[in-house]
Amino acid sequence: MKQLLGFIRKEFRHIFRDPRTMIILFGIPIVQLLLFGYVITTEIKDARIAILDKSHDEVTREITHKLLSSGYFKLDAMLDNEGQIDNIFRQGNVKEVVVFQDDFGKRLKRDGQANVQVIADASDPNTAQLLSNYTNAIVQDYLQKKFVNYKIPLEIKPQVRMLFNESLVGAFMYVPGTMALILIIISAMMTSITIVREKEMGTMEILLVSPLKSHHIIIGKVTPYLILSVINAVTIVILGNLVFGVPVRGSLILLMFVVILYIMLALSLGILISTIAASQFSAMFVSIMALMLPTMLLSGFIYPIDNMPVVLQVLSNIMPARWFIEAVKAVMLKGVGAGYIWKQLLIMAGMTIFFLGISVKKFKLRLE
Amino acid sequence: MMISVGNIEKSYGEVKALRGVSLEVKEGELFGLIGPDGAGKTSLIRILVTLLKPDVGSATVNELDVVKDFRKLRNQIGYMPGRFSLYPDLTVEENMTFFATVFGTTIEENYHLVKDIYQQIEPFKERLAGRLSGGMKQKLALSCALIHAPKVLVLDEPTTGVDAVSRKEFWEMLKRLQKMGITILVSTPYMDEANLCDRVALIQDGKILTIDTPEKVTQSFGHKLWAIRSDNMYLCIRHLREHSESDSVFAFGEYLHVTWKDQDMQADEMEKYLSDLGHTNVEVKRTEPGIEDVFMDLMQKHDN
Repeated sequence: MKQLLGFIRKEFRHIFRDPRTMIILFGIPIVQLLLFGYVITTEIKDARIAILDKSHDEVTREITHKLLSSGYFKLDAMLDNEGQIDNIFRQGNVKEVVVFQDDFGKRLKRDGQANVQVIADASDPNTAQLLSNYTNAIVQDYLQKKFVNYKIPLEIKPQVRMLFNESLVGAFMYVPGTMALILIIISAMMTSITIVREKEMGTMEILLVSPLKSHHIIIGKVTPYLILSVINAVTIVILGNLVFGVPVRGSLILLMFVVILYIMLALSLGILISTIAASQFSAMFVSIMALMLPTMLLSGFIYPIDNMPVVLQVLSNIMPARWFIEAVKAVMLKGVGAGYIWKQLLIMAGMTIFFLGISVKKFKLRLE
Repeated sequence: MMISVGNIEKSYGEVKALRGVSLEVKEGELFGLIGPDGAGKTSLIRILVTLLKPDVGSATVNELDVVKDFRKLRNQIGYMPGRFSLYPDLTVEENMTFFATVFGTTIEENYHLVKDIYQQIEPFKERLAGRLSGGMKQKLALSCALIHAPKVLVLDEPTTGVDAVSRKEFWEMLKRLQKMGITILVSTPYMDEANLCDRVALIQDGKILTIDTPEKVTQSFGHKLWAIRSDNMYLCIRHLREHSESDSVFAFGEYLHVTWKDQDMQADEMEKYLSDLGHTNVEVKRTEPGIEDVFMDLMQKHDN
């Protein structure tokens, strides 16, 4: 036990003294999360909209003009009745429909309140969100400038409704996805590199000649990364919540259990890679080619699994990240209990045992 | 016997590294494994420290088989690999503490063993091991190999790439460790270090050429040895080799070491031969053979 603790202490020193390792461990997760959250959004320009004006008065015309001259929107069609809304969305040309209620201008003057309904196509959730926000802002802006002399603050309440995806769950997709990606990079790549480094530097020779058993070496190598990965996962969840408002609706303990299970799975993959790779470079190469890219492409993180060709759908079954993302989404967003994700947990546990088994078998007690 | 090697063979694919090596090292002995690069020294050492399995043959260290009892044996061997194999990003003290912990001991417990050596690097104990000089790195590596009070110390070319002063110091340290009762097996490509060992094994091409004390090894040299020089050493080698009676001619520092098929060959004969060929400042004298002369001689016989 003392030997193991000594080994773990040594391992932490390696990590904290190497700036590159520190950047990969703590810089990349945050940058990546923010990247997926902020930068990868579609910019709004000339989005096609339709307008249903039941009032046809001065105010609605002015607002319409203001919307269309903003540069964000382009008029696709003027609608005559509500029945056309559904149809025009199905045709897919229009991203948003703005509906002014009848007697819009009169109500505004008389009651100080008039309604404009904004209906957006949320199959692309980020765009829908942006469009409705822009619409809202333009309407408010018009109101303030036009009725600057009125004492009572007038109000126009846009009634926003996100079709197809009411709660915008799709926007929360990248938090579980980023978590899956980051944890597999840190856990698998970093552990495989650190074990192979000992081989490369010749220190493995001394470790092997020492009374340390192979499980000492493996556990000693892996434990620091397990701890740091858990910290990372917690950081991502907190950051996702504070910055992007991604909720944790289910049990936090269950979520951590899923996370730890996934980390163990990634670590066992890392150990397996280290038994195959001869150099740090090849360990990194194998990790990136065999883990990072498939994780991004086949886990359902970026591209929905249901949209994939059948071959890739079958292949996605062996992606650890697929099961992790499913489980995490279920716990975080749907708030389900362990009973709903037992299948995912079982698959991940099975994979871990499988990889660990091969690794222990392949781990060499000698130099050849 | 502390170390006993019986007819070991080892190949890496097509390459035969060891072709039937046998040797014995007595308890408390300082034993040298002398041979050029690629002779098989490292392979033999790695088999002895349980890092490799022999293809054929067996070996025991302190009565423990290097294959079957490798777990027990690993507690009793101190091993210093040829390459500097400590953690460059840990300090001197952290390296020491780590290896002590790994072997289930502490620096304090076996301080008496490493005291002489460790004291020399202790002023730098806060320094990262990667920033030590070559000599100090060797001292640290030796301290780490000793920290668990091993019965046998196995060192693979510990003085390769180390400056002359540090080399001398290093051998003095080995002598002191030997006095503490530790059996030491050390390999080196430097022939001059052979004389510092109790017994040496000369190894070449995976075969042992001879095993004996350094004195007996040099005495076994069966020829009269001459040291010869002139102003043009390059031509001198050529001319001497062309001489029908010359047996072996090797450059050796500022002299050529020469043996003759005719043991009665006289100095003035050699001088005259060279002077007639236009050499100036010819010097010829008798000299005592060293390990290297024996090695060259044995190698030549071995090759034939």
